[in-house]
This record gives sequence, C-alpha cells and structure tokens, in this order.
Amino acid sequence: MKKELQQSIEELISASPTIDKVGVEERVARFQTRSIKGDSKLQALKMGLNMIDLTTLEGKDTPGKVQQMCYKAMHLHDELANLPTVAAVCVYPSMVKIAKSALVNSSVKVASVSTAFPSGQAPLSVKLADTTFAVNEGADEIDMVISRGKFLAGEYDYVFDEIAAIKAACGNARLKVILETGELLTLDNVRKASDLAIYAGADFIKTSTGKIQPAATMQVTFTMLLAIKDYFDKTGKMIGMKPAGGISTAKLAIHNLVMVKEVLGNEWLTNQWFRFGASSLANDILMQIRKLETGVYQSSDYFSID
Amino acid sequence: MSRLEIVKTYKIYIGGQFPRTESGRYYSPVNKDGKVLGNICLSSRKDVRNAVVAARKAIGSWSERAAFNRGQILYRIAEMLEGRKAQFVEELQFQGSSKQAAEAEVNLAIDRIVYYAGWCDKYQAIVSSVNPVASSHFNFSVAEPMGVVGIIVPENSSLIGLVSLVLPVICGGNTVVVLAAENLPLCAVTFAEVLHSSDVPGGVINILTGSTKEMTPTLSTHMDVNALVYGGTDPLELKEIQENAVLNVKRVFAYLTDWTKADAQGLHFISDVQEIKTIWHPIENVGGATSNY
Repeated sequence: MKKELQQSIEELISASPTIDKVGVEERVARFQTRSIKGDSKLQALKMGLNMIDLTTLEGKDTPGKVQQMCYKAMHLHDELANLPTVAAVCVYPSMVKIAKSALVNSSVKVASVSTAFPSGQAPLSVKLADTTFAVNEGADEIDMVISRGKFLAGEYDYVFDEIAAIKAACGNARLKVILETGELLTLDNVRKASDLAIYAGADFIKTSTGKIQPAATMQVTFTMLLAIKDYFDKTGKMIGMKPAGGISTAKLAIHNLVMVKEVLGNEWLTNQWFRFGASSLANDILMQIRKLETGVYQSSDYFSID
Repeated sequence: MSRLEIVKTYKIYIGGQFPRTESGRYYSPVNKDGKVLGNICLSSRKDVRNAVVAARKAIGSWSERAAFNRGQILYRIAEMLEGRKAQFVEELQFQGSSKQAAEAEVNLAIDRIVYYAGWCDKYQAIVSSVNPVASSHFNFSVAEPMGVVGIIVPENSSLIGLVSLVLPVICGGNTVVVLAAENLPLCAVTFAEVLHSSDVPGGVINILTGSTKEMTPTLSTHMDVNALVYGGTDPLELKEIQENAVLNVKRVFAYLTDWTKADAQGLHFISDVQEIKTIWHPIENVGGATSNY
C-alpha cells in the first residue's frame, strides 16, 4: 500500500476522539426515561417494525426455514390492518437465492452476511469470493464482519483495505460493516472502528453479529451514532446505523429510536438509514400493537413462530 | 445509646428477584391495634405483566423437570420454612393472630408443603389411565400442567391460604403468579424469601402485593395466563374473573375452603390444574392372550 495512505489512516485513527464512558452511560440512561404513549407509541412501534432486518443465521437453517421467514417478512400479522413489512431479511449467502425468489414482488430486501461470518477468520480472497457469490445470487445488501484480531493488533490499514476491497466487490449492493463491538472491549475502540469503517466506504455500520455477548447495548450504539454524526457534520454524507443482537423487546427498540432521533434527527428515522437486526423483536412489537388495540396483554401463542 | 431499629422493606418477588414495584407506589396496612404493618409495594398492572413473563419463561424447565426432583425441591421449601418458623409466628401475631393460632398455622403450612412434596411423583400414576378402545390402538391419557396459573389467595389468611393454593399448582409442573392477601401481606413476602433460599427456580412462583381489585382485571384478561385459582369470597369479583377468563378460555377454579383444617388438602387440588392429554397409538393387541407384547 502507498505510504501516504498508510499515514493518513494513522492520522484518522489518532483523530478519533476518546469516549467518556460515564458520560455515555448517563446520556443513554436519559433516553430511557422518555415516556412514549398512545398514538406516538403506535407510530413508533410501526416504525420499528418497518426497520427490522428479520434475521436467521444458524447452522441449521434450511430452505424451508428461510421461506417461512420470508413469508413472515411480508405478512407480519394479517389480523392487524395497516401494518408495514419489515425492511429486509438477513440470511447466509447460500440462502440468498431462496430468499430472493420467496420475496419476489415485494419491497422487502435481501441482506446477506459475508466475509466468513461470524468470525471473519479467512483470507481476503475467500472473503471476496463469499461476497461476490452473495451479490451474484441477488443480495441487495451485504453485511460484512471486520477482522477484529487485526484491529486489536493495531493493523488498522489492513482492516481499512479489507473493507474498501469488499465495498468494491459489492457493486450496487449496500455495505453494512459489522464491528462486533462485544470483541472490541472498549468504547474508544468502538469509536475507532466506526471511523475506520465509515472512511473505508461503509454505507451502514452495524454493532454485532449476534453471536457474541454483549451485543447492541445502547452505550455502544450511542457511540457509533456519534461517529455518524461527526462524519455528517464534516462531509454532509449520511451513514446508516444497524444495532443487532439483544434487541428483543419493543420497549428497547423505542428507546433506540428515541436515541437516533435525538442524536441524528428525523432524517435517519427511515429504514434507508436505520435498521434493527433481530429475530424475536417483530413478535414483541406485534404483541404491543395488539395490546394497544385491545387493552389486554398478549400471548405468543397467538402469533407466528419466530 | 439506644439503638435505632431497622425496619424491613417488604418487596415483591418476580423471576427470582426482589424488585420494588415498577410504579414506585406503596400502601401501609394496619393491624387491629392501628399499628402500621409496613410499607408494602402497591403493585401495578406492569408488575403483573412482568410476573407473567417470568412465569412463562420458567414453565419449560419446571414442567419438564423429573417429578421426583420437583418433590425434592418442594421438600426443601418445607425445610427452609421450618428454620424460619419464629419469624412467621411473629409476623402472624403482629397481624393479629394469637400465639397459639400462629404456631398452629405455621406448623400446618410446613406439613402441607411436605404433603404436596410427596405427591409430585405420584399424582401422575393416579390421574392418568389406559383406556379400552374398540380399534387397534393403545389408548392412554396423561396429565399435563396447564401452564401459567394466576392465584388470588384468600383475604383472611396470610400464610396457610397462600401455601394451600400455590403448592398443589406447582407440584403439577405449573408456574404461578400470586396476588397476596391485601391486608395481611407480611408472610407472603417472607415466604418469597424462603423460596429464594430454597431450590425453587426463579419465576416458578412470583408473588405480588397490593390491591387485588386493581391487579385482578389485568391478571384475568392476560392472554398468556392459562388458568386462575380464586381463593376469595366475593361472588361479584369471581363473576368478573370468569367473564374476563372467556377471552382466551382460561380455566377458573374457585375454592371456598377453610384452609386451617388439617384435611383441607388433596389430590384434586393438583389434578384440577392439569389438562388431560389422550394419545391414540396405533398398535395391535396390547393385552390379549395372543399379544406379542
């Protein structure tokens, strides 16, 4: 790689601000005290539904499971009128074609994880092939993982180049870069990795694979939102955010939406710029909507299986 | 220097933890001498919701646990209660019982727990059956727990009413959300501490204090509650519960029983909250003289 570029990555990383963890915790605690009731709650719940990347990323996934999930993505709960669909389904590359054909004639997108998800422990050539395969199968979005080992070893230029190379392989597909914040250990690292991903060409930055705990804590999401905000203030370019893993209740989803609104503003409150990576969140939101309509607490017995 | 007495904070019991009510409210019931029993959590409908969520979460592992092991765990509750007898006697006296009555009530509660501990691995054999049918099927019926059961304990009893209603229900593998006696809540909370220090997994028994009138509608309309056991005496309240239960066809059982009687216990308190599952298993002759089995 060129020496100047290497130098500029060093500069980029050293320019990342350090994070005041206690301050972040206090700020995040305040988002959780907002009381969202009645019509606003209903609006927030529907908005939340529309931002979900309905996800199945298991070794035991089968075509049948993926098809069933795609059906759910389009028909969340037909008994309830005026429901949006989810934003996308998120699957392994081998399931992209199946998902794509199951979702034909719908606005639901297909996102595919790639780059040797979830560990990312594979050579670049394999990661590129993985990505190209998913794109050729018809993926609208690619969720890549960064090389956390390299990042923690300080090889920022390697991580940067890798993201840039995958971005190039994506073509028209939008690229989400998974930082796997549970392995980055500190909020300072989360901020550095966010800056690295954004400058390397990410369309979205995403917290976690969902395989490592802790995943999308509000502290981590807040730190990443600030990185997006700083980038927007500097360049005028919007970057998307996707917290994934651990957001399974409507309440937590609404807290996240409040945070996005207060940190980034209303422009980010669409599924073009904000997503939830989740599998069981959809049902909890549906049960909340039904609770608002009937006044009665609901049971998962009356909703489709996740 | 005189010592300032430390007054106990009575908290509710949800999912194996002792939170304060999410509403932050409390009430202060008094005994017949006008003394305040304590500042007790006035639980809200959100606490009811949280308790049901905890009970639902616990149902899988509790109902699938070996019956013998459930019996051991119930027996452990009795052991722990025995060790804290004095505290219960004191609380019952403070709430208005005579010393003699209080001691009798605690002893009976312990014995009743042991009684239901013994039933855990025996009721199944008695309530299930092999049924004669006219086709070539092995046809048998087994008892299965109903699921999450809401329990409204009698208003006139602090400990024995609660123990008598809760134990047979969890004995059969159900999990419960209990609304404690509104004006005699002390033993319910202390019983929760006994549960906490025994081997009962969190969420199997959840205990809320507060206004029964306020919590009952939420509990009886809740779609994720499978059955209700009513120990109260108010026919209008029972009627409201039965009407609410229609929503998801909950089973409702009402008992007008004097729980202080030694024989106020029995198999039917267990079997009432069991569903019977009948299985038709295709087979040739099972028990005939020409059977190969």
